[in-house]
Amino acid sequence: MITRRLLEAPDGGGRIFLGVLVGLAVLVPVLNLALPPSSPLHVPTSTVALWGKYLCYALLALSLDLVWGYCGILSLGHGAFFALGGYAMGMYLMRQIGTRGVYAHPVLPDFMVFLNWPELPFYWWGFNWFPYALLMVFLVPGTLAFVFGWFAFRSRVTGVYLSIITQALTYALMLGFFRNNFGFGGNNGLTDFKDILGFNVQSAPTRATLFALSALALAASYLIAQAVVRSKAGKILVAVRDEESRTRFLGYRVENYKTFVFTLSAAMAALAGALYVPQVGIINPSEFAPANSIEVVIWVAVGGRGTLIGAALGALIVNYAKTTFTTGLLAPYWLFALGGLFVLVTIFLPKGILGLMRKGSPSAASAPDTPPSRLDDARKVPTRAAAGRGREFAKDALAPVRPGAATRIQPAE
Amino acid sequence: MRVSERSAAVVLGLLLLLAGSLGARAEVWESALQKFASDSYNETDAAIAGVAASGNPRAADVIEALQDGRLFFDEDKRVYTRDKAGTLSDAATGKSADAATAALKPVRINNRIRRSIEAALGGLTLLSTDPMRRLEAAQAVFKSKDGKALAALEQAIGKETDAGIKRALEAARAAVLLYSSTASEGEKIEAVGQILRRGDQDARGLLAGLPAEGPESVRRAVADAIVAIDDRLAAWGVVQNLWYGLSLGSVLLLAAIGLAITFGVMGVINMAHGEMVMLGAYTTFLVQEVIRGSAPWLFDYSLAIAIPLAFLVAGLIGIAIERGVIRFLYGRPLETLLATWGISLILQQAVRTSFGPTNREVGAPHFMAGAFELGGLTITWNRLWIIVFAGIIFVLLLAALRFTTLGLYMRAVTQNRRMASAMAIPTGRIDALTFALGSGIAGLAGVALSQIDNVSPNLGQGYIIDSFLVVVFGGVGNLWGTLVGALSLGVANKFLEPYAGAVLGKILLLVIVILFIQKRPRGLFALKGRAVEA
Repeated sequence: MITRRLLEAPDGGGRIFLGVLVGLAVLVPVLNLALPPSSPLHVPTSTVALWGKYLCYALLALSLDLVWGYCGILSLGHGAFFALGGYAMGMYLMRQIGTRGVYAHPVLPDFMVFLNWPELPFYWWGFNWFPYALLMVFLVPGTLAFVFGWFAFRSRVTGVYLSIITQALTYALMLGFFRNNFGFGGNNGLTDFKDILGFNVQSAPTRATLFALSALALAASYLIAQAVVRSKAGKILVAVRDEESRTRFLGYRVENYKTFVFTLSAAMAALAGALYVPQVGIINPSEFAPANSIEVVIWVAVGGRGTLIGAALGALIVNYAKTTFTTGLLAPYWLFALGGLFVLVTIFLPKGILGLMRKGSPSAASAPDTPPSRLDDARKVPTRAAAGRGREFAKDALAPVRPGAATRIQPAE
Repeated sequence: MRVSERSAAVVLGLLLLLAGSLGARAEVWESALQKFASDSYNETDAAIAGVAASGNPRAADVIEALQDGRLFFDEDKRVYTRDKAGTLSDAATGKSADAATAALKPVRINNRIRRSIEAALGGLTLLSTDPMRRLEAAQAVFKSKDGKALAALEQAIGKETDAGIKRALEAARAAVLLYSSTASEGEKIEAVGQILRRGDQDARGLLAGLPAEGPESVRRAVADAIVAIDDRLAAWGVVQNLWYGLSLGSVLLLAAIGLAITFGVMGVINMAHGEMVMLGAYTTFLVQEVIRGSAPWLFDYSLAIAIPLAFLVAGLIGIAIERGVIRFLYGRPLETLLATWGISLILQQAVRTSFGPTNREVGAPHFMAGAFELGGLTITWNRLWIIVFAGIIFVLLLAALRFTTLGLYMRAVTQNRRMASAMAIPTGRIDALTFALGSGIAGLAGVALSQIDNVSPNLGQGYIIDSFLVVVFGGVGNLWGTLVGALSLGVANKFLEPYAGAVLGKILLLVIVILFIQKRPRGLFALKGRAVEA
């Protein structure tokens, strides 16, 4: 029954998206492994690894879109969940190195031998066992998101404040992971991986499999996210995004919905991180850098906030552009391009690329997952009226409970 | 009559005696100098002792010349010094002399001679006319505990008029006595008392380093003194933490106060704020470059020149950002975050392409260099000036918002845009000016931070998260909240550091702020009323 609900969720665009992902998951490994390098249809292993990485980014963007696009929680710390998932996977991979490390220690990873750790710290126990590591991939970031969200949403930390404390969270984690005595390899992070489940991480078949898994993980996460936003709970989430106080006054426990979607999203981000690490071969504390998390936001904004597919597309497009830009003569100008993208997209493309495409086809305009109507209103009002200050914005939400303010003077801007 | 005759005879006798002794001293000086010319280490050593004992005013110069290899002799056994500019003079008289440079041989020195030189200079500079050099010499003797300096010390203490230097000299004498094998028990106990009066880390080290022999009473006095010094140091440690906290707090205040305007008053999440700080720092760098190139005598005023320029540069760029980007985004606070982040990337890259990615050197004018001691506290001038600067900016900003027309308009527009507009306040222009003010103040912060931080394109990045935390912690839209937030975060950070280490302390602080925001989601000083649910 769950399967049926999951499969019923996607609309036309979603089915195409899923079809493409599944197609890629099957086709790319075949084209990479079965065809000889001389064949024009052969996909080189480096391309497989690169696009596998992009797919992980797409999954991360999807997870952020779930909270930002549908619940209005602009998390500037989603990179933290991604990196934590990555570290959990990295720890498993480190334990798999065994005696093949530089110091050939049977238990301790190289950096611990180097730093004279006497024994494995307790939080590394069990990571040599894949199911446990996989559990931790979800459990650690999920628990962090749950506890963090529980406290933050219950105290009604919203909007900008929430963005800033999520940023502080990832910043604090970055500082911590940079320390050698945290036991996660300090600023070198975890690297030199040998194999995963007995397969060589570097080999072409493993890479192709990881690519296929990334594509399938993205498809599965899309299905889950789509099912969530199409459900009744999803409607509440959108209500929270547009009028949080009003939703609360209608009797909904806003904080529960937010905590749920935040935790789910963190788990997706962690899965992306776990798939990312074996493909790039390293995880280090710079993944926690606040700038990375902000970059994820722009992927979502470029693709189209509140569209899920758009977020994934945005991640693929921006990262493809980044690779193209930063490897050629244009390398010094990449940050200009990225910065310009931030500015132009927020001003001219509030609905992202997908919004632009949907504007072209009126049949899709009524799709239930169109971006927030508030944005439309704000853009329709021509001049200064649209320029209501942030703090005036949405203040009417409180009006019904305050005597003397029962009549709304200012329309929502 | 007879009395006067006799007194005249006494005076005459005394004069004769004096003349004789002067003559004898001059002879000692000459003969000691001669020994430098014999080209043997033993003779040189003897010469140093002789020169140091001669009391001649040129003794220190000659020995310093020897130390730097600027002491020469020729075939006629005449000794010359060459000063740092390269002019040659007669060592005995100090008058300039010309001798064939080719015939000159330098007086050679080895490690033994170097030690003698240092001891002799320590003694000689104790009597120098320059108070700074006397103080340095006293500190050097305090560390070396060299018994040979005792006589010079006694003499210097007798002559010293400056109370501070006198204390240092007495402490040095006490150190020498405490470590000497000949001093009596009473002298040593008195010495311990004097060292205790000095009471700093060096004094503690000196006492703790005393070998565990000698009379029981001395050892007990030393142990008591160490305990007393430890107590004193602990008390000063608290004061020092407070001072460092205040200093860090003032830096945070400087970085955050502009943000308190753009974010706090206008509600724009200005992620490019850090870059405004960076632009201010680079303006300082440019001003100094120009001054170095064309008017070096202006260097001490470079910061004074940079302050208005930095304000202008950052303010104008602020206006450009507001008019070009932000005004399209009012009412969408989270999207101003994205757009300004983009702007910050562009500005960083622009600076990186034009100035290079490496750190640029910004010099300190002389009044900001150095440090002074206050009790057990070393206060660097640049930190002190930054605290003063932050205070001035805070007060000026407060006054500007409170008493000027522009400030009135700003508050009006912030509180009720429509009403303000109805009162014929040009809200659009006020927006731009408010943003310019916030950015300009960030530029001012950049001038100050250029003195203590690396001026690189990443300068602003390091402050942006801290600034936001300060503003959010203090309460958005409240300058006093920003002040309290900055100072309390600064002090808390410095008090956590000794226990947790710098990085862990910072992490703890972040966690504390995160928890605090859970408890008070609107900061320390929350705005009340209609603005709350923004």
